Amino acid sequence: MADAVETTAETPAEIPAEVPADPKTELREQAADALARLQAELGDAIVEHAAAYGDVVVRVRRDAWRRAAQVCKDTLGCDYLSFIAGIDWMPTPAVAEEGSGDTSTPAQPKEQTYGVAGSDGRYQLFAVVMSTRRKSWRVILKTDLPDDDLHADSWVSIYAGADWHEREAWEMYGFVFDGHPSLRHLYLPSEFEGHPLRKDYPLLAREVKPWPGLVDVEPMPGEAADADDAAAAVDGGESA
Amino acid sequence: MTTTDLPAPGELPEIAVDPAAFRHLADAQVAVELDTGDMVLNIGPQHPATHGTLRLVVRLDGERVVSADPVIGYMHRGYEKLTEFRTYPQITTLINRIDWLSSFANEVPFIAAAEHLMGIEAPVRAQYLRTILTELSRIATFVLFLGEMGLQVGAITPAFYGFRDREYVLNLIEAVTGGRFHPNFNRIGGIKDDLPWGWISECKSVMQKVLASCDEFDDLVVGNPIFQKRTRSIGIIPQELGAAYGVSGSNLRASGVDWDLRRDGPDYLVYKDLDWKVWTHPDGDSFSRYWVRLQETRESARMVLQMLEQMPSGPLMAKVPRIIKVPEGEVFVNTENPLGEMGYYVISKGATGPFRTKIRSASFSNVSLLPWLLRGVYVPDIVTILASLYFILGDIDR
Repeated sequence: MADAVETTAETPAEIPAEVPADPKTELREQAADALARLQAELGDAIVEHAAAYGDVVVRVRRDAWRRAAQVCKDTLGCDYLSFIAGIDWMPTPAVAEEGSGDTSTPAQPKEQTYGVAGSDGRYQLFAVVMSTRRKSWRVILKTDLPDDDLHADSWVSIYAGADWHEREAWEMYGFVFDGHPSLRHLYLPSEFEGHPLRKDYPLLAREVKPWPGLVDVEPMPGEAADADDAAAAVDGGESA
Repeated sequence: MTTTDLPAPGELPEIAVDPAAFRHLADAQVAVELDTGDMVLNIGPQHPATHGTLRLVVRLDGERVVSADPVIGYMHRGYEKLTEFRTYPQITTLINRIDWLSSFANEVPFIAAAEHLMGIEAPVRAQYLRTILTELSRIATFVLFLGEMGLQVGAITPAFYGFRDREYVLNLIEAVTGGRFHPNFNRIGGIKDDLPWGWISECKSVMQKVLASCDEFDDLVVGNPIFQKRTRSIGIIPQELGAAYGVSGSNLRASGVDWDLRRDGPDYLVYKDLDWKVWTHPDGDSFSRYWVRLQETRESARMVLQMLEQMPSGPLMAKVPRIIKVPEGEVFVNTENPLGEMGYYVISKGATGPFRTKIRSASFSNVSLLPWLLRGVYVPDIVTILASLYFILGDIDR
């Protein structure tokens, strides 16, 4: 990690790019402007705001989700919807015990932490809107959905393209969008059960077939008793 | 059965024909207004105009489309879930397969996201190589479109030209990366290898060929009256609606929106050092989408020629730790890919793999406009509109 820090210290001197000095806290000029306007319009509906590499992340109250989109479109001129998606902040369940040699899955932290601008609970909805008329003018919006009531207002009447994105979030996370014309499956067959992008939904391919790095290991020639066992197992398998 | 089993021409059996069975034919000539009813037509999932497995359920009234409902997901591979089970270097292999015509361009925003979070910046020469390869994949994608679009209106020749030119460009990409479709050449902190010997002069001559064949497409397709009749004022996308649907890239520029992330987004790669132009067309129809892509192919070829001239020498990799652990944080990086805006929202919790990756792919939003766009068009125009939107199924389904 020390190497990486060194590189950052050197590069801005060579290339005078528009990289903020501390990307964790500093906003791009346009993003700060956008945030000021959002604050003026939405007031206390904004729960928290933070910076993510120059972009502004604004977390709004759930009841202001739709109004936030309206303000972005009308006041900020963000006429372009990039995407709407969900996040599940539950820690990734461990696939294999530690020390088992299963390196198939990167080990994620076990405690539940929340990303930029925080969250009240496990489920969050986030979206990116942009302007096609102003340079680097974009806002990342987030809102929390309580575990027992995964409802949010639909954006379809503001951004027509929200239709498919909301269908995807409904299918993948089980979020329900009030006012959406038809929440039906988008990618998956209509009889599919479960919400695959939730963290507690297992990656089924990995359950069916274990990580090849664990099972396809052949013993070295001349290795002890294990080699004979393995050979016997192979023979048995062939005759059966 | 041999020929002897067949009755001789003279002794054919008599078939009694009931004239009433054909009465409706006579009626049809009399009745001007026929109740045709709605007919449901399934286009796809296997259709040459769809570049994969897109199914369109089209409700027709006569020759007109009443409603169209795209059914997607035949190629859904669950990449967003898979990224949670892979390390960052492994993920570049996956995202190569999102838009398989311009795989290299897919890698760029993801690698940039990881680099932002790690606070690494790739050396200038690596940035140049990335830009060159991105533009080459743009050319490879677009020349195929320029040919394919001719095919959809019934002209075979442009398709051969398109495939021929794409082959030149793919050979260039293969010479550098070793892969024609899935280069997997980007590394966090730089790029794997330098250019092979003699590549620069080869690339220059290919770019001249591409520029020449763009003129050919101009004459052969754009100037063709039949092509114009089939595409002019068909499939018009209004600016505001296109933007609200998230339609991006050349499709939106063909509606007169002067917006290109290479110029208007946060700086990435070396586009700010180049002298180039964003092309737009005010009409927004199938023809203008073709025209804009033709101009952009030329522009990309010129950009590559420029970059070959001004590319600096230097290292290809920044200092990167051996095991790549990305610090905690969130970043959204989007770039202008051949098909439109490609973005990755990467959430890291400090592990060797991302906690969540939202993949924003261009074709998904471009195609979500279809129910609106196809309403009221005639059946033969469905194919030209689909072709002119230019989507890749892997980019829709992810």
